[in-house]
Amino acid sequence: MSVRETAESPRGADPGALGAFEMVVGLEVHVQLLTRTKAFCRCATDFGAPPNTNVCPVCLGLPGALPVLNEHVVDLALRAAIALDCEIHPVSIFARKNYFYPDLPKGYQISQYDRPLATAGRLTSDGPADAPAATVRITRVHIEEDAGKSVHDRFAGVSAIDLNRAGVPLIEIVSEPDIRSAAAAGAYLRALKQLLEYLEVSDVNMEEGSLRVDANVSARPVGASTLGTKTELKNLNSFSAVERALDAEFARQCALLAAGERVSQQTLLWDANAGAVRPARSKEESHDYRYFPEPDLPPLVVDRARIKGVREHLPELPAARKTRYREAFALGSYDADVLTADRPLGNYFEEVARAHRDPKTVANWVMGEVRAALNARRIEIDRFPVRPADVAELLDLVAGGVLSGTAAKRVFAIMAETGERAAQIAAREGLVQIRDDEALHQWIEQVIAEHEPEATRYARGERKLLGVLVGFVMKKSQGRADPRRVNQLLAERLGA
Amino acid sequence: MSISLDEVRHIATLARLGISDERAQLAAEELSSILAHMQVLSRVDDERGAGSTGDSPIGMTLRHDAGPPIPLLRAPAFFAPEMSEGFFLVPRLATHEDPEQSP
Amino acid sequence: MTTAGFGSSSPEGTVAALRASVISGQRSPRDIVDRSFARAAEVRAGADGLNAILWSDVDAAHREAAALESRLDGPHAGQLAGIPIVVKDNIATAGSPTTCGSRILAGYHSPFEATAVTCLRDAGAIIVGKTNLDEFAMGSSTEFSAFGRTKHPLDPRLVPGGSSGGSAAAVAAGITPVALGSETGGSVRQPAAFCGIVGVKPTYGRVSRFGLVAFASSLDQIGVFGVTVADAATVLQTIAGRDPLDATSVEAPLPNYAEYPHTLRGVVIGKPREYFPEQLDPRIADLCERALDRCRALGATVRDVSLPHTELAIPVYYIVAPAEASSNLARFDGVRYGLRVTDDGLRGMYEATRSNGFGPEVTRRILLGTYVLSAGYYDAYYTKAMRARQLIASDFDAAFNSGVDVLFTPTTPTTAFAAGSRSDPYEMYLSDIFTVTANLAGIPALSLPIGRVDGLPVGGQLLAPHFGEQRMLGVAQLLEHSLGAEAHR
Repeated sequence: MSVRETAESPRGADPGALGAFEMVVGLEVHVQLLTRTKAFCRCATDFGAPPNTNVCPVCLGLPGALPVLNEHVVDLALRAAIALDCEIHPVSIFARKNYFYPDLPKGYQISQYDRPLATAGRLTSDGPADAPAATVRITRVHIEEDAGKSVHDRFAGVSAIDLNRAGVPLIEIVSEPDIRSAAAAGAYLRALKQLLEYLEVSDVNMEEGSLRVDANVSARPVGASTLGTKTELKNLNSFSAVERALDAEFARQCALLAAGERVSQQTLLWDANAGAVRPARSKEESHDYRYFPEPDLPPLVVDRARIKGVREHLPELPAARKTRYREAFALGSYDADVLTADRPLGNYFEEVARAHRDPKTVANWVMGEVRAALNARRIEIDRFPVRPADVAELLDLVAGGVLSGTAAKRVFAIMAETGERAAQIAAREGLVQIRDDEALHQWIEQVIAEHEPEATRYARGERKLLGVLVGFVMKKSQGRADPRRVNQLLAERLGA
Repeated sequence: MSISLDEVRHIATLARLGISDERAQLAAEELSSILAHMQVLSRVDDERGAGSTGDSPIGMTLRHDAGPPIPLLRAPAFFAPEMSEGFFLVPRLATHEDPEQSP
Repeated sequence: MTTAGFGSSSPEGTVAALRASVISGQRSPRDIVDRSFARAAEVRAGADGLNAILWSDVDAAHREAAALESRLDGPHAGQLAGIPIVVKDNIATAGSPTTCGSRILAGYHSPFEATAVTCLRDAGAIIVGKTNLDEFAMGSSTEFSAFGRTKHPLDPRLVPGGSSGGSAAAVAAGITPVALGSETGGSVRQPAAFCGIVGVKPTYGRVSRFGLVAFASSLDQIGVFGVTVADAATVLQTIAGRDPLDATSVEAPLPNYAEYPHTLRGVVIGKPREYFPEQLDPRIADLCERALDRCRALGATVRDVSLPHTELAIPVYYIVAPAEASSNLARFDGVRYGLRVTDDGLRGMYEATRSNGFGPEVTRRILLGTYVLSAGYYDAYYTKAMRARQLIASDFDAAFNSGVDVLFTPTTPTTAFAAGSRSDPYEMYLSDIFTVTANLAGIPALSLPIGRVDGLPVGGQLLAPHFGEQRMLGVAQLLEHSLGAEAHR
């Protein structure tokens, strides 16, 4: 049985076969929580420390050490679970997941098993392109600890273990197998990432490892109600990798099923370079984790008051914010999406819009000039030297006709560089628009004289030539003429 | 309930105990004999729900998200069987597992 | 020529008397340390003799004594100022090895110290040795140590009991007046009974487990040995209390254990029939009855009670404890500390390290524990055992709620047995038959000497409700005073 088919050319699977089957996907997402200290000990969680320096008896698994749970882990986990509309269990139990691996110091991971913190939630995400919004049910959210890191290429013939990461708190978010396509999986993940960012529970950065995704995928004939055998996909390092891997694995399964063969349950790794899946192990290994309740930790009790407190202090969530932007600012769906993609950008937009009360213009400006400036500098909005009030002031100048749109962009570029204010820059650079009719008339006469054919044709009725003539005036004025006024004066002069 | 040699081998593998076949055979007999005494438990009914911990309303006491960490009187280098450049060293994994994933 | 050990025959050897002499300047801490070491040499406490003590360092002890000297004036002298104490080798101490009686930790020096040990040091006690034990506290005779068995101080052919046999032998031999041990299934009370001394197991959660190498986490507690009840109570007072480093340690009021009523009037002592079976050695039963008579004479009422689920105790214990142990001992893998034996690849290293590092009893229990937790067997064994455990605990609740203040039973069904005589594992397990219930229920319990049979000590056991140590110790002290020298005849 070959597993090297790619999504593009699955051997033995024709489009008909793919079309006869339905993809069924469930996703397991591990998210590192933003706490100062680890889940069960007071070691720091900061990144980049020299190996095995953020360690102590507890996270090293030394004999006699005991775990003590960090309260902030519970708060962040609650925040996520409540935002995902889960049922929060006032009493939940920690459990040991037992297995041997060098990056697992105790020989077991402290996790939660049959009595997790939260169950039965859901996440609604906008469909891709014009597809309708999809709701994916969340099976559970639970708390667990991370393992250390192993590095295999640093020393010849051996593996190197760093336990700085061992004990960092995670939540695991498991979805029901409600996802029906690779694109839907991508949409779910993007919505989940956005939600968790809004909640400030995690950096959710797949490249840095604070967000990890495993996928379970199976295929079944369209219309069937029972689930097919699922395989587990790992080593998915980006959302696009998730989508490509799902398509590849689905195609592989369809090919098997169409040929009358069976899909065997196994763990597969996504090989991004080859664009294919491959088996995780050279031989099958039984996973008997022998879960039992963690005797070192009494039950976790979260009372109603605490749950209520977390719920009441949730920040405005992406979906609610998007709706508000569409209603309060009359923004279209696309604009609202862009501005709610991350919370700080939305905050910035709102602040500008409060000061310059033309939300559409503000939206365009933030989506356009501001984002371009951020991208060029590779910075986030929290580092941007141009304050919302300053942007508002700039837009006020444009609205008041003091600056043309083009001039405003030049001014903004300087603002982004120096942090100076718009009026100051405009005056110094001589970018203030010229609206003095006398000066404008002079230029207009010159242009009419120099471009007689166009002027005549316009006067005779070719209205679309007005823009061209305005352009000539703008050029004469080196961009400083107020194009709206020029437009008006030209039209009058040549007989609108 | 008796344990077979195969079962002993299986659990020895789960527990990474590496016992010889001879030892495993002996263990199978010993464990079977011990487990025979456990049969009395089968009469216990599960009424109150397995694993019920007598949920106290108080639950566990949590700690603040703050340091300082528990100090180590000696750094890992002092007690590590093999260490280099601050890393614990172990034999290279023999299987095709991805290093970042759990087994 | 004998050195006066810290035995009950020497009243100035009690903790209170020793402390007073140190505080008053009558004796120096160094003198007391030297007396302890002299006694240890005399009884041959090391590998060539009793093999009770695995590690001791007279220079280190002298340094501690000197450091204590400078603290002696003023109120900071500490409750245990100058008291020499030995600590079971599964409790982490700084500056000395913690081997747990196992090859897998031979030479391992813990880079942190157990909270209870820190409490001892803060109170001015001087740790003069680490004691032998059954490997990882799994055993009832101290025959399963990787470093040889410990011998009974009264008869070297016999076992001192286990798993805290080294600590019990050290106190019984007069090396120190008090010692720390640990309990999971009676590992302090049983050797205390065999050796003719006092052994106390606190309520689960009374004493921090931070630094106690875990065997069965839901059962383990650090326990105390003493020549007298009062001495054991003083040490317990010092180490008890909530510890933020142990999530299972409990915030509960800590009374003064030295305070107790001097009468048993109004006290109801329960006598559970399941602990006095037909086949109990009649001489042991007689000694128990004598002890109860003394209690009656002091004003107590003795009432028959029943703890019907007692017969489930050993099966429950030998499912729950090995299950937790199999998980607790997974950390001994040769990766970060302890023994490492290299073999083919990572799996080979794990297996060679663990098969070379663990002895037969530990291996047996890890196999048993792994089995009962494994897929397909969890419900049949572990779930049932946890349910049965609740039933055992409920038996005690019912008894204590029916007006019984403490329960009295024999501590063990026999006196100290001969080394090598319990070759069947389950037969060995049965020596814990009267002690494991207290661990399973989490209630406090103690053993005190109540007499001798054929010259060998017999222990009587008291059990009390959760956090009922004050009453339990009070009853024990009155009984101890009443029996006097007869407890050792």
